[in-house]
Amino acid sequence: MPTNAPGNVRPSEITPHTVYLQRRRFLQMAALSAAAGWLPLPATAGVKLTTTGKGPFSTSEPPTPLKEVTHYNNFYEFGTDKFSPAQRASSLVTHPWNVAVEGEIRRPNIYAMETLLKLAPLEDRIYRLRCVEGWSMVIPWVGFPLNALIRQVEPTGNAKFVEFTTLYDPAQMPGQRSSVLSWPYVEALRLDEAMHPLTLLAVGLYGEVLPNQNGAPLRLVVPWKYGFKSIKSIVNIRFVEHRPTTTWMKASSREYGFTANVNPQIDHPRWSQARERRIGEFFKRDTLLFNGYAEQVASLYRGMDLKKDF
Amino acid sequence: MVRRFNAMGWVKAAVFCLSLAPLARLGWLGVYGGLGANPIEFITHSLGTWTLVFLLLTLAITPLRRWLHFPALIRLRRMLGLYAFFYAALHFVTYLWLDQFFDWAAIAKDVVKRPFITAGFAAFLLLAPLAATSTAGMIRRLGAKRWQRLHRLIYPAAIVAVLHYLWLVKQDLTQPLFYAAALAILLGYRVACHFRRP
Repeated sequence: MPTNAPGNVRPSEITPHTVYLQRRRFLQMAALSAAAGWLPLPATAGVKLTTTGKGPFSTSEPPTPLKEVTHYNNFYEFGTDKFSPAQRASSLVTHPWNVAVEGEIRRPNIYAMETLLKLAPLEDRIYRLRCVEGWSMVIPWVGFPLNALIRQVEPTGNAKFVEFTTLYDPAQMPGQRSSVLSWPYVEALRLDEAMHPLTLLAVGLYGEVLPNQNGAPLRLVVPWKYGFKSIKSIVNIRFVEHRPTTTWMKASSREYGFTANVNPQIDHPRWSQARERRIGEFFKRDTLLFNGYAEQVASLYRGMDLKKDF
Repeated sequence: MVRRFNAMGWVKAAVFCLSLAPLARLGWLGVYGGLGANPIEFITHSLGTWTLVFLLLTLAITPLRRWLHFPALIRLRRMLGLYAFFYAALHFVTYLWLDQFFDWAAIAKDVVKRPFITAGFAAFLLLAPLAATSTAGMIRRLGAKRWQRLHRLIYPAAIVAVLHYLWLVKQDLTQPLFYAAALAILLGYRVACHFRRP
């Protein structure tokens, strides 16, 4: 009898799933170290990033500890509770990673992650993050302003909005097998919001490459809007003329608007937005208009009825 | 008969201790840092979930007695019902204290304005008189018939408790719908019994 017949495999010989996943990680690491000689190629969480130091707009508030930032996540692609992303996001393969930039621009392109990392100097930006659910964090991101990319691709006069799309691959993102949201996840900004110097394309946090559960390898950070606007694991950036319908608008247009600015005066239909629980603090604190960035962004919304266009 | 009584006494003691396990677990997780990044949310959700579980267990006693031909199960019902109220009260206090820090104006506004808070608050109000009249003395004073009619308040209480859960969830309704289905079965059983009677 051949010794490798399927029936002869003892349970002890079967590679445990965790080891199997480590194998993939091993291959990633091997590829990484092979490439490290000639490419600035941080592709795996935990790899240090070189930055120019603390960028503008950074808050001096104490950052939320790394453990909390990486173990309390809304990333429905890996499950709808806060703990699943940290447990399940290791199935996401972030290298190689390409981002298609297209639509109403003169220079459409498919950018490899390595190219994006060299597009502009990386900065440390310590931003507040306010979730629509009523909790908040302070996160030291690493990234560069989205406007650096936008300038390079030269939007045409028809470009009024920028639409972002997350990877769609249920094999890597098991949460996409559930129909809880319409996949892939789509978010969008007005062009002037996208051009604002606060708007960040993040590639890391706490000085290292983004952990998968935080939206590796590339995510948006729009600190004056509710967290769901800051789309994760982006594979497509499209410049369009008409306002896109975002994933949460599709899920419930009455509850989640396109603008989605942090605003203590405009409640979610089902709960108050007046206060928030900063992770790590015992009692709630007052929520600030535009999440405390009013000085920078209030002018973008002058003349708008934010109660109507929430 | 006497032996049966003793056995049931042990079962009651065991159920009493077991019913404290969810609270003990929270204490344990609290001491060993297992409540996650948002411990107050974790505690609130956990206490709410266990309130629902005990409400459903209480409602399951009657059908189980008949189905298992085990009438002595009735002796667990009051305890389970009181545990439902116990966890509901802890859940409510968590909201008053840790969530709102006894800001009565904000609480009043919440109760009036937020349907899910209204539902939760209504469930608690409906359960309170049931807990208060749970003693043998109160049954005697009210008379069995009136007492029984009063205690049917558990049906609307359980319904609004499930609504409370359904309305608070952001998008993924799997969990609340599971409780809604369980409650529908338990209430459906009573409706069926009602119409089967001549």
